[in-house]
Amino acid sequence: MSAAQPPPRIHYLNVSYGIRSWLVTTDHKRIAWLYLLSITFFFVIGGLFAVFMRLELLTPEGDLVQADTYNKLFTLHGVTMVFFFLIPSIPAVLGNFLVPIMIGARDLAFPRLNLASWYIYTLGGAFTLAAAAAGGVDTGWTFYTPYSSIYSNTHVALTVVGIFITGFSSILTGLNFIVTIHKMRAPGMTWFRLPLFIWAHYATSIIFVLGTPVLAITLVLVALERLFHLGIFDPALGGDPILFQHLFWFYSHPAVYIMILPAMGVVSELIACFSRKRIFGYDFVAFASLAIAVIGFLVWGHHMFVSGQSVYASMVFSILSFLVAIPSAIKVFNWTATLYKGSVSYDAPMLYALGFIGLFTIGGLTGLFLATLGIDVHVHDTYFVIAHFHYIMVGGAVMGYLGGIHFWWPKMTGRTYPEGWARLAALIVFIGFNLTFFPQFLLGYLGMPRRYHAYPPEFQVLNVMSTAGASILGTGYVIPLIYLIWSLRYGAVAGANPWLAKGLEWQTSSPPPTDNFEITPLVTEEAYAYADAEGENDLPLRKPVDV
Amino acid sequence: MKSAPPISVKSYIGVFLALLVLTALTTAVAFVDLGGNLNVVVAPAIAGGKAILVALYFMHLRHSSRLSWIFAGAGFFWLFIMIVLTMSDALTRSGFSSAAQ
Amino acid sequence: MSETSTLIAHQFDDAEQQRESSTLGMWIFLATEVMFFGGIFLGYIVYRSQYPIAFAAASNRLDIWLGLINTAVLICSSFTMVLAVYNAAAAQRRALQTNLLLTIVLGCVFLSIKLYEYHMKFEENLVPGASFAFPAPLAPAAEIFFSFYFAMTGMHAVHMVIGIGLLGGLLFRAGRGWYSPEYFTPVELVGLYWHFVDIVWIFLFPLLYLVGRHL
Repeated sequence: MSAAQPPPRIHYLNVSYGIRSWLVTTDHKRIAWLYLLSITFFFVIGGLFAVFMRLELLTPEGDLVQADTYNKLFTLHGVTMVFFFLIPSIPAVLGNFLVPIMIGARDLAFPRLNLASWYIYTLGGAFTLAAAAAGGVDTGWTFYTPYSSIYSNTHVALTVVGIFITGFSSILTGLNFIVTIHKMRAPGMTWFRLPLFIWAHYATSIIFVLGTPVLAITLVLVALERLFHLGIFDPALGGDPILFQHLFWFYSHPAVYIMILPAMGVVSELIACFSRKRIFGYDFVAFASLAIAVIGFLVWGHHMFVSGQSVYASMVFSILSFLVAIPSAIKVFNWTATLYKGSVSYDAPMLYALGFIGLFTIGGLTGLFLATLGIDVHVHDTYFVIAHFHYIMVGGAVMGYLGGIHFWWPKMTGRTYPEGWARLAALIVFIGFNLTFFPQFLLGYLGMPRRYHAYPPEFQVLNVMSTAGASILGTGYVIPLIYLIWSLRYGAVAGANPWLAKGLEWQTSSPPPTDNFEITPLVTEEAYAYADAEGENDLPLRKPVDV
Repeated sequence: MKSAPPISVKSYIGVFLALLVLTALTTAVAFVDLGGNLNVVVAPAIAGGKAILVALYFMHLRHSSRLSWIFAGAGFFWLFIMIVLTMSDALTRSGFSSAAQ
Repeated sequence: MSETSTLIAHQFDDAEQQRESSTLGMWIFLATEVMFFGGIFLGYIVYRSQYPIAFAAASNRLDIWLGLINTAVLICSSFTMVLAVYNAAAAQRRALQTNLLLTIVLGCVFLSIKLYEYHMKFEENLVPGASFAFPAPLAPAAEIFFSFYFAMTGMHAVHMVIGIGLLGGLLFRAGRGWYSPEYFTPVELVGLYWHFVDIVWIFLFPLLYLVGRHL
């Protein structure tokens, strides 16, 4: 090495400049940034709808907005958060960035398709924003018929067309991931050396490709009924509203596994790194991801226990819903076992991961309550359900997303974020989250229905607590927004591996070059080959197994 | 250097003719009352047979990788799940809408 | 790499990996299409199980001969398509172009017949909506049947149009000499798509045209 300054390094961020280079990029890392900007935008929009809802719910009377407006608020909150934030979030941002790098590839299998996915997502988002601007939609994000197909006077068709279009973004991303993981692993990267993040995204992609098309056709049918008066769900003709619910939930239940599996993948990476230990029961966690994806397709009827669905079908769905909790529990046990006798540190990503484990467990256990037919009859359509899914989606998925963003921020940007502020924000998020949503379990149990803008006065105290919590939670989200942007310019320069973590992504520079690696890596060790207390790494090498 | 699938034009012609024959068969059988509910079973069965011929020979599935088989099958298997579980509700529900017959 | 070798995209290591990836990608896409059409097939199955008589009566109003001709037309188009793939692999450029063109023509014939059928249904007041007319008491469920008829065949027709567009693109590129025995993957993949659309019709024909014909 000469004594002269090393030449400026070219990496994926500075290899070309100008907005055009970003809008026609096929680099999966740049596309990940495009998604990051879009989903942050929709997260803010969805959050704003929630702000108005929680403000309304400060008082028992419906005094901030009219009932019809409130209906539009919760519908748009749900639609935005589910379809335009949660479902893309980790796969489209972290998955896009990391899947090729983690397996040692130069890019995804179909880079142009990847760019098309982002444009499709944006086009769908534009349709839905247009519907919101034109007056919104009031059917609930679940679009139950015949209200959505016949009787609602709001912009249903425009909204469902937007969601339909965005669905193709999911399908194409899933397709891309599956082919990439099958066909483009680096030499020596056998299936059981893959990071669990990859297993999680593979399982998620299965759901993307097999579930989303059913949502697509369902929304098409609603749109056709609204626009051309086809009588598919019209009860006057003998149409069946429950058929709609079967079709809708066949996708929308697996959709919640789309939202959680990638976060579980992130958590596996974080727990391993910040315990300096291999994930306990790697095989079990890998297979549990697949099991969640598969069994998750068999349980959708648990959303329909009180819809008029046959009680025999309900019993089948109930028992299957108990079954699907098992692989999730297996993961929680294995993460916990990983922590045991690990060398644990509490950097911000780890705080998010630990928060995930606790909050996801609460959310998951309350899911069992809901899977129990007898209990669900009482708490269906109450705040109990809302608390349950927010524990999983916000306490789980969003925490996983934030943990992942923090963990891989140095890799993506070449900069570190301020650790003190990050830990503070994580704590604020945790406290704010619990204050927002734990009271909602109580509210639901006590009988407060969901989707109502007014409520009996005895529920006010808990509602005020929830709104107060929401303001804290919101603060917790704003703080990272500020310091992450700040770090782009003023953050300390990160080296290739600031966390001293295992994984191919840490073997290349921060930020990585456009083709990810200077030379294609050759993988010779197992995943998470952290040295133990003696500094030894005596993980037995597996016999390579390939599909 | 990649190889074209080892299916001859003759085989293609054979499959093509078989498809036409099965089409004629399914149409003819439709006019015959097979008793019980057999008609409802036979028509999709013949369609399934035609689909398998198209998939195996025209779509070269016969000579494709195991992965292609898995994904080809996965779609139909998942569809099967969706139909079976939904029908478990539709067939055991009492009082389906009586607006029409 | 020789001059005649195919253009390998930069993310792939060799032509084999590229071809295998593209083929796997297309099969996964077709699996998504199975689920897409599957949803509406499910709806059809649910309603047919509940309204068998109305569905039979409504089905009998479809022109079975036009349906039969269309089925034969599509099967012929699948045949010409598979020959086109064979031609591409065997470096028979003229024959490739001919078979692609034949496939397009047959596809257009199918769509024309379909359009004519739609027109007839419009004339017969069998289009769902205000003008729908059918002998009571079967009318409501018959309207559901025709809703499925138009939705299912309409969705199928949209896929046909896309397929014809793709075939047109292939024809254009074949004329420019894009395809050779070393590289004819796009022809194969469009072929897979076309055959799938044929398979959808193979199921649509009996489910829509042949219900209760024996009654």
